[in-house]
Parts: sequence; structure tokens; C-alpha cells
Amino acid sequence: MCDTCGCNVTEGNRHLIEGDGRLARTESGREAISVLQGLLSENDHIAAHNREHFDRHQVLALNLMSSPGSGKTRLLEETIAALKDEFRFAVVEGDLETENDAQRIRDKGVPAVQITTGTACHLDAHMVHNALHEIDLDQVDIVFVENVGNLVCPASFDLGQHRNVILLSVTEGDDKPAKYPVMFRAADLMLISKSDLLAVLDDFEPNRAERHLRELANRAPAFRVSARSGDGMQAWFDWLRSEFAALRERVQRGETMRPAIQPDGQLMHSHDDHAHDHAHDHGHGHAHTHHHHAAGHRHD
Amino acid sequence: MHELSVCQGLISQVEQIARREDAESVTRILLSVGPLSGVEPQLLADAFPIAAAGTVAEHARLDIESQPIRVKCDTCGAETDASANRLLCGSCGDFRTRLVSGDEMLLMSLELERRERA
Repeated sequence: MCDTCGCNVTEGNRHLIEGDGRLARTESGREAISVLQGLLSENDHIAAHNREHFDRHQVLALNLMSSPGSGKTRLLEETIAALKDEFRFAVVEGDLETENDAQRIRDKGVPAVQITTGTACHLDAHMVHNALHEIDLDQVDIVFVENVGNLVCPASFDLGQHRNVILLSVTEGDDKPAKYPVMFRAADLMLISKSDLLAVLDDFEPNRAERHLRELANRAPAFRVSARSGDGMQAWFDWLRSEFAALRERVQRGETMRPAIQPDGQLMHSHDDHAHDHAHDHGHGHAHTHHHHAAGHRHD
Repeated sequence: MHELSVCQGLISQVEQIARREDAESVTRILLSVGPLSGVEPQLLADAFPIAAAGTVAEHARLDIESQPIRVKCDTCGAETDASANRLLCGSCGDFRTRLVSGDEMLLMSLELERRERA
């Protein structure tokens, strides 16, 4: 459980367990009060703040999630090399212990902030918020947040990103979307990475991986890419260009952009003080947007 | 394995509400946690005593209700049951559905013991 994996206390939530909740004891009756709030409303509050921050600087923020070793850093290295004259990048790296990934990015001439999570299994909005203080967003067009390699925990925490990009490498099983539905349901784009290895790994069937994604009612595009050979990278670059343009357009209209699927807390949160955040997302490229939010099954 | 993080967020909210309501203690917490929330109810229940220790919710009973996974089809309009990794329309089989329920991660209500007024 959490005590063993150690994700319980991070810098961002440490204060939550240091509250002074104790109250004097007296006699009185009981009362039930209705609350109806997302369980992560504090995280979601910071995430909304992060998103405003990105929007103000017209910076596209992408949350990269996958298993460990699926090629996130390699993808970023090649993306930076190919598009460095077109976009100004920055990278927030989540990693358990080392600075290695951040160093690889810096070697490409791009600012990278390492969040060393210790034994924590996910990034939360506080951690990203702290990292943003070290990045001059006026000098950036696209921020990649490379989440901790993990297909479970990161899915529950909104960081303030505009889109979720999920990598599935062909060295894994093509049934990963069926095994980790919460994660893959949240994908705005699925990249089937290391596709140059398909020639030797014939038990991975990309069409099957995509079918499992569709079975999660997910309409996101699925591209096969090889950062090593360059195959398929053009589609990924075009996706970046179109999402960047979409964000600019959205922000100029005073709106923002959100992942198609958001943890429930985000939905609840959007009813309070972050009014402009509530802008509906009807123009989303792949149409699935957050209809189920608009359906308002609980909060009306 | 992030359930303790989630639980700590919950306790923080509960403490805020208890302060606002001038409650002496919280006796019951009701959550709604769906199968597609990304949170395991049992792990949440296990983490609760650790997160609640020393707080106003220390002796609260934690109840977690679940919601069925239901989808509504964009193509044929049917609303049907589905499972976590198969969110297809139960009527026409189309994948263009949207979730009606099953991804909840909500604090529904609290039962409080009020502080006695002087």
C-alpha cells in the first residue's frame, strides 16, 4: 500500500498532514451536511492555477505518461532536435532519483527542471507549480511534463496540462490499454513508440493496441513512431503544431484547453472561483471532449 | 498506490469544513468512488486511519459507495451498462460513447458533532 510505496508525503502535500484538526470536546447533537466536492480539490485548485499560468504565457503544456522505459526522454530529444527552430521548449522531468533525464534534455540546449520525487509514484500539481518557478515561461512555447514512469498513479492527478500524451512501446503488451483503462482513457494522443522494433517483435500488433484504446470509448489518434529511425515522427510533429495553434486561438478568445477526460474533482472544481476555466471545449480536434461533464450527471 | 495522497487531500477538506461548521468531531464521511476513478476503495479505506490520526476525523466512520459504469451512445442514444475496459455501447456496439457514471471521486457528505454553544 501507500506506506510501502512511500508516495504518501510529498513536498506539495506535506502540510496537509500537519494541520491542527483537534477540537475541544463537548456534548452536542449530530448533523449531516452535503458536500459534493472532488476528493483532490486542493490539487485541482493548484492545477487550475498552473493552467492559468500556462495560458497567460500562451504556453502549450503536455503531460507525457507511460511505463518506465517506453522512450519518453528519447522522444523528447528527437522532437527538440527536429523542431528547435520552430518552437521554444522547456521540460519538467519527474524521476524517482536521478537527474539523468534532465541532463539529457539540457544537452539539447533546452531548459529542464528535475523534480526528484524520491519514492513518490506520481507528480502532483504542487510539484509542477514549484518547478514552474524555475522556468521563464515568456521564453517558452511548449512545456513537456515528463511524468513518473507509471501507468496507474499519475492518471489521478491533474497538473494543469492542456493535453495528455501516452506512450505505449512495442516492447510492451498490446493489451496495455485494456489493463490500465483509467490511464489510457485519459489519452488525447497515444504514441506507439519504438515502432522500428516491430519487425522483430511480431507479437505486438499495433491495430490490436488501437482497438483496445477504442474499447475505452477513446477517439484519440494513435500514431506509430520511432524516435530512432524517424519513422512516423512527422505525424507527431504535425499534432504538436495543430495543438499549439489551437491553444493560441483558444487563449485569444479568453478560453482554455483541457484534456478530454479529467478526474472528477476537476469537474467539480470548475464551478467555483475559476470562472474562465469553465469555458467549454467544443472545438476539440477529436470531438470526444468532455461531453460527460456537460451531461451533468451529479452536480446539477 | 497513491491512495494515501488522496486520503490526505480528503482529510484536509474535511478539516476545513469542520472548522467552518464549528464541529467538534466528524462522525461519518461518505465518499463516492467509481471503478474508473483510478482509486481503489479498499486501499483508500486502509489508508484512512493513517491520514485521519490526530485529526477531527480520527473516529469517523468512512463509507464508500460505488456507482455502476454506465455509458450513453452518441450513435444510437442508448444508455447501457459497461465494464472498465469495455466502454462500448451495449445496444449497438459503437465505441463512440460517453461515460454517464463510474468515474466519481467525490466527497458526498459528512456527519458532524456540533460544538456546544455557550
